[in-house]
Amino acid sequence: MSLWEYANPVKFIRTTDKVLPWVWTLALGCLCTGLIWGFFFTPDDFRMGSTVKIIYIHVPSALMAINAWLMMLVASLIWIVRRHHVSALAARAAAPVGAVMTVIALVTGAFWGQPMWGTWWEWDPRLTSFLILFLFYLGYMALWAAIENDDTAADLTSILCLVGSVFAILSRYAVNFWNQGLHQGATFSMDKEENIADVFWFPAVISMLGFGLLFVALVFLRTQTEIRARRTRALLARDGQA
Amino acid sequence: MIALLLRDLRLAIRAGGGFGLGLAFFLIVTVLVPFGVGPQTDLLSRIAPGILWIGALLACLLSLDRILALDWEDGSLDLLATAPLPMEGIVTIKALAHWITTGLPLVFAAPVLGVLLNLPLAAYQWVLISLAVGTPALSVIGTFGAALTVGLKRGGLLMSLLVLPLYVPTLIFGAEVARRGAEGLTVQTPLMLLAGISFGVMALLPFASAAVLRINLR
Repeated sequence: MSLWEYANPVKFIRTTDKVLPWVWTLALGCLCTGLIWGFFFTPDDFRMGSTVKIIYIHVPSALMAINAWLMMLVASLIWIVRRHHVSALAARAAAPVGAVMTVIALVTGAFWGQPMWGTWWEWDPRLTSFLILFLFYLGYMALWAAIENDDTAADLTSILCLVGSVFAILSRYAVNFWNQGLHQGATFSMDKEENIADVFWFPAVISMLGFGLLFVALVFLRTQTEIRARRTRALLARDGQA
Repeated sequence: MIALLLRDLRLAIRAGGGFGLGLAFFLIVTVLVPFGVGPQTDLLSRIAPGILWIGALLACLLSLDRILALDWEDGSLDLLATAPLPMEGIVTIKALAHWITTGLPLVFAAPVLGVLLNLPLAAYQWVLISLAVGTPALSVIGTFGAALTVGLKRGGLLMSLLVLPLYVPTLIFGAEVARRGAEGLTVQTPLMLLAGISFGVMALLPFASAAVLRINLR
């Protein structure tokens, strides 16, 4: 029994089929709990008023936007090293989800920034590097869509993902250098003594968990779809020859 | 390797268009900017370093598909791939040829176009230096993009989408050097970072480009 057994598409589909309902239930449960708790049962912040509540969407989506790219990076590495097709397809499946998470983070940030900073957009390092991350997602998806041969596409996009990761990190630091920030530092961290109050902390953690599970569920589902779509195409091609 | 370099240079110069096109594009962009933002000289002199950098970057981008596409079409790329020269070497030479035919002329054209934009006197040397240090990075990164999209029918637009985000760090540090130079500030930190990026991509990215090209030639 090893992890690599799940590289077999049949085994992957069978296992994820069993796991998926649980993941969906948990994800929706966590999201509902976290968001409802956050929106209706937490006090308003004394400085920011009710706008603080956007944190329950903004922070988890931003977190998942970065983690989705990280997951794609790992999946790409697995594809390059061990050439498991499921891994390449999972990377492909994660990209649009990550891109949407990036957009959610940017848009909710803009909604929050308008009343708080008085501007929808500011060329702040964090905002800018998120926008650049979004561009990377776009390029990655465009490359997948442009190439017809599946294996070639998987190879090229995985190398693009590796190179892109390096450049995304470079951009992050370059942008930091280029402009001073308006965005506050991390609100949640493990190592700081002073963190935000528990009333905000618990619902936020639950909704982060919810977003994470939602991401897992969506990636599983999309990977299954990719596998089945490829199988259909193979069947059609075989029928065409016969 | 030298033979390949000379061949590419000769092709670029004689086969029309490629050599002067980048320069002409650079000129057009620089001329269009005052139409867009208005002719106030103080505003122009403030944004001149950035405009020159953007113009150079776009001119570079425009000429990227010539690096590999022509060789791909007539099959000489396949021949090169079977030659004893390693793929990494081929890619490096291609990038070098692109830099000599596009990047280097841009470096020398920038001060001339700076006159049009009322570039501050102190900035001339820094624009020149930052472009000289930064354009090799643009060529090498661009070669990676060209290698990624070489087999595609309409790869040009896709290549811009892929390459432009990769240009961000180079552009930031390059424009920063030019801007600080124009304001008479110290430029050492961004210049060193720009050189770091340039040398870093020169050392590492040819391996990625070669891997990508091998996949595309499969």
